[in-house]
Amino acid sequence: MRTLIRGLGELCITAGLVLLLFVAYELWGTGRYTREQQDRLGKELTKAWQAPAVTTEKVKLGRGLALIRIPKLGRDYRYVIVEGVTRADLRKGPGHYPGTAMPGEVGNFVVSGHRTTYSAPFNRIGELRRGDRILIDTRRRQFVYQVTGRRIVEPDDVEVIAPVPNHPRRRPTERLITLTTCHPKYSAAERLIVHGRLVETRERVAAPTSPQAAD
Amino acid sequence: MYAWIWRHLPGERLRTKALAALALAAVVVALLWYVVFPWLEPKVQFDHGVVDGPTPSASASPHR
Repeated sequence: MRTLIRGLGELCITAGLVLLLFVAYELWGTGRYTREQQDRLGKELTKAWQAPAVTTEKVKLGRGLALIRIPKLGRDYRYVIVEGVTRADLRKGPGHYPGTAMPGEVGNFVVSGHRTTYSAPFNRIGELRRGDRILIDTRRRQFVYQVTGRRIVEPDDVEVIAPVPNHPRRRPTERLITLTTCHPKYSAAERLIVHGRLVETRERVAAPTSPQAAD
Repeated sequence: MYAWIWRHLPGERLRTKALAALALAAVVVALLWYVVFPWLEPKVQFDHGVVDGPTPSASASPHR
């Protein structure tokens, strides 16, 4: 009897330790996968951009679409945006909602990303304030968006990603960007939304300054 | 359980036994971290930053 109870106790302690290790893996281990995928997507994207443009260029789900950079979050802050927002897509990096506007288009360019786990690309977007810049690099152009506001909504509040946020019926006239992520950190109870507006379009510098893209 | 493992660890002296125990623990942790967790993790998801309707991850048509 005593052996049984002791065995049970040891099992419980072991299970607790394994769970703790799993939490650690969630937070820090999952980033390895994202980094691998980002490296791969970044190389693919650079290669595709160097090749001559095809007239009917269409981004496939799960493939790289553009680069996002946010100077406020550090000079090295740079992710490849993936087309699609399924779980598999978001494990690779921030994802563009299929069907919403493409970068620089009239409408709403919506990007979703992990706040924690999987390299946590959008971990610090809560620090963005009005006027901070979000840079989106595409094949030819760089789109400079400026943050206009920030809010916290329910997870099923799809109106924030409408072409005109919060007015699903209205026709868009402005070129907007919307970033969505989980809120609060380590939870999925709500969503943190950052809105921005296109302020400038310029030619993309051929070789981005970061060393990764140079190869 | 742990007492049983301790008795079956190789080595006569306490030091070698302790080393063997550490090595065993390291192997278990590595196995969990690199094999079990990567397989298990996609099946449980805690953090999904998508705004969507009542069905999360069915996000091909965000406009409804």
